Amino acid sequence: MDKVKDRMEHPLDDLLRTDRIPHIWCSGCGIGTAFSSCLVALKGSGVDLDKTVMVSGIGCSGRGAGYIRLDSYHTTHGRAIPFATGMKLANPELNVILFSGDGDLFAIGGNHFIHAARRNVDLAVVCVNNLNYGMTGGQAAATTPLMSKTTTTPLGSIEPPFNLPLLAYAAGATYIARWTVLHTRDLTKSIEEAVLHRGFAFIEVLAPCPTGYGRRNKQKPADTLKLYQERSIIRNSAHPAEVTLDFEQGVTLGKFVDYERPTYTDAYDKIYRPQNLLDGDKAI
Amino acid sequence: MKPAVLTGEHFITGDVACAEGALAAGCRFFGAYPITPATEIAEHMASRLPGVGGIFIQMEDEIAAMASILGASCAGAKSMTATSGPGFSLMMENLGLGICTETPCVVVNVQRAGPSTGLPTLGAQGDMMQARWGSHGHYEIIALAPASPQEIFHQTIMAFNLSETYRLPVLIMADEVIGHLSERVIIPEASAIKTVSRPRAKGRKDRFKPFQPGPDGVAPMAIAGEGYGIHVTGLTHDEKGYPVMTAEAQAAMVGRITEKITRNLDKIIQLEEYRLDDAEVVIVSYGASARSSLAAVDEAREQGIKAGLLRLVTVWPFPEARIRELAKRAKGFVTVELNLGQVHLEVERCAGGAAPAVLVGHAGGAVITPERIIETIRSAF
Repeated sequence: MDKVKDRMEHPLDDLLRTDRIPHIWCSGCGIGTAFSSCLVALKGSGVDLDKTVMVSGIGCSGRGAGYIRLDSYHTTHGRAIPFATGMKLANPELNVILFSGDGDLFAIGGNHFIHAARRNVDLAVVCVNNLNYGMTGGQAAATTPLMSKTTTTPLGSIEPPFNLPLLAYAAGATYIARWTVLHTRDLTKSIEEAVLHRGFAFIEVLAPCPTGYGRRNKQKPADTLKLYQERSIIRNSAHPAEVTLDFEQGVTLGKFVDYERPTYTDAYDKIYRPQNLLDGDKAI
Repeated sequence: MKPAVLTGEHFITGDVACAEGALAAGCRFFGAYPITPATEIAEHMASRLPGVGGIFIQMEDEIAAMASILGASCAGAKSMTATSGPGFSLMMENLGLGICTETPCVVVNVQRAGPSTGLPTLGAQGDMMQARWGSHGHYEIIALAPASPQEIFHQTIMAFNLSETYRLPVLIMADEVIGHLSERVIIPEASAIKTVSRPRAKGRKDRFKPFQPGPDGVAPMAIAGEGYGIHVTGLTHDEKGYPVMTAEAQAAMVGRITEKITRNLDKIIQLEEYRLDDAEVVIVSYGASARSSLAAVDEAREQGIKAGLLRLVTVWPFPEARIRELAKRAKGFVTVELNLGQVHLEVERCAGGAAPAVLVGHAGGAVITPERIIETIRSAF
C-alpha cells in the first residue's frame, strides 16, 4: 500500500493545487514542463514561499497562477505586469513571479512589458512562447514565425515576429535568458536566478503547442522537441541583437544578460524618501 | 514633513482637496496617468505620498494605472487613481476585474465633455451611465458626486471607507467645474476622521475560503504574503476562489457581489435635501449642477414656486425608494445634469408615471444657469 501511495504523490504536490488537477493543458503541450520548472526553481531558490506570489494574465499559460498553491492572481488579458507592479511597489517584501504566454505579454501586454523593463521593477517574468494564441484555437501572435500557418494566417504569417530577448534588452531588462522546455535544467536554474535577481528579469521558454500551432505546421510534439534539440545553439552572454529564433538557421539559447541597476523602488527610496525625511514607522 | 492629515483651513481646488482626502483616508498607493482636468490630483499625490510612507508611480496608460491599484490593494495598500473620460474608458476593463475579485480601491473621474477627446478643459457629467454600466457584465457599483472642494475631500474619505467595507472599487464622479474650483476647505483633526479598513482573514490558513462571505455578505480579505495561499481570478469562481464554469456558479457569484450592495442601500446611499418638505417641484441634481439647482430653488421660492432640491451625494446605487416616495406627492421632477439625460432616465423610471419628469441638461462645456432651470419649471408645471 505504501508503495502505491508513494507513487500517487508527486514531489511538487505541496506547491500544487492538487484539487484543481487535471489541468487544462493539452497532451504534448509544453506549458506544464515550464510550470514544473517554476515550481522546482521556487523551491530551490530558498525564498519565503509565504511571501511569494504568482501573477498571470489570460491564455493557456495564464492558467499557471491557478495551479500553484501560493498566493496567486489570475488577472486580465495582458495586464499581469502592471498588476504585479502595483503589488511589488506596495509591498517590496513580496517575491513576485509572472507566468504567462507570448500573446498575453507581447501583443496585448507589450506596452506594459517594455515599461516595467525600463523602470526595472523587481519582477521575474516567465514567458511561455508557443508561437501562437493557443487558448482561442491557434491564431497568429506577435511571435509567430514568418510564413507559419495559423487560423488567422491561412496562407502563412506575413508579419515578422518580435525577437523577445532583444526587445527586453532594448527596454532595459536586467536579466534575460531563453530556453526551451527540452532544456529543463538550464531553464530551472535560470528561473531560480531570475527569482533571486534584484530587478526586472525575463525568461523566454519555447514550448510546443501541438493543438494550435503544431498541427497546422506539420509538427507533432516530438517533432518540435526534436527541432529544439537539433537547431538550438547555447551561447551564454550572446548579445541579444545577435540571438536568433529560426528553426532553419538556428535557435540561440542561453543567459544573455545579467547585471544590476537600481530598481524602481530603490530609486524611489533614494530620491523621494531618504530615511531622514521619514518620521517614525509609516511604512504601508 | 507634512502629516498625512493636513488639519487646518485651506484655499484649494477640488482636485487638491481630493488628494488630501485620499491621504487622510489612508491612501498610500497612487497609480497615475496624466489627463486634463484630473492631472492635479496625480501631481499632488506625487509630492505628498513619499512623505507619508506611501508610493507613487506614473504608469504607461490608464489601463496600467487601474491594474496597478488593484495589485497594490491586493498587497494591502489603500490605493487610488484619478482620470477623466478617455482614461475612464480605458479603465473599464480592470474595473471589472476589481468588481469580480472584490478588490477595494478608489477611482476618481473628473468629468470633461465627450465623446472622444471632446472638450478637455471644460466640464460635463456625461459619464454617469458609463460609471453605472461601463464595464461588461452585470454588477453593482458605488459612485459619489461631489459638489464642492470641501465635499470632495469628505467624499474621498467616504469612498475609501465604502470600498473597504464592501470590497469593491468605488467611483468618485466629479466634474471639471469642481476639480478646478478653488474654495475654502476645512480639514479636521486626524482624530475626528473616521477611517475604515477591509475585513481581514483570520483563522486556520489551510481552511480559509477567500470568497466566503461573513454575515454582512462581505468576505474577509487575505492580503498577498500573509500565508493564506489564496487564488484570485477574474473567471467566475466559487468561495474557494477556484474557477467554476457553470451557470449555477455564475448565478451565485454575481448574486453575491450585487447583493452585498443592494442589501445595504440604507447604509450606502447619502442624499442632501433642501427645502423639500413642502416642495411641489423636486429638482434632482448632483455635482456642479446641484449648485445651480440650489440657487434655482431659492429664486423659484421667491417667485412663489414651491421648489426643493434632492441632491444626490451617492448617484449609484440610485436612490430609487426616495424618488418613489417623492413621486407620490410632487407635482413633478426636474433633473438637472450636464448631459442630455442619463440620471434623468432613472428619475423618470422611478417616478413611474406618478409624477412627470423633465430634463434641464446640455452636452457640456458650460454650467447650467439657475435661470434656465426656473424657465423650465415655469413652462413645465
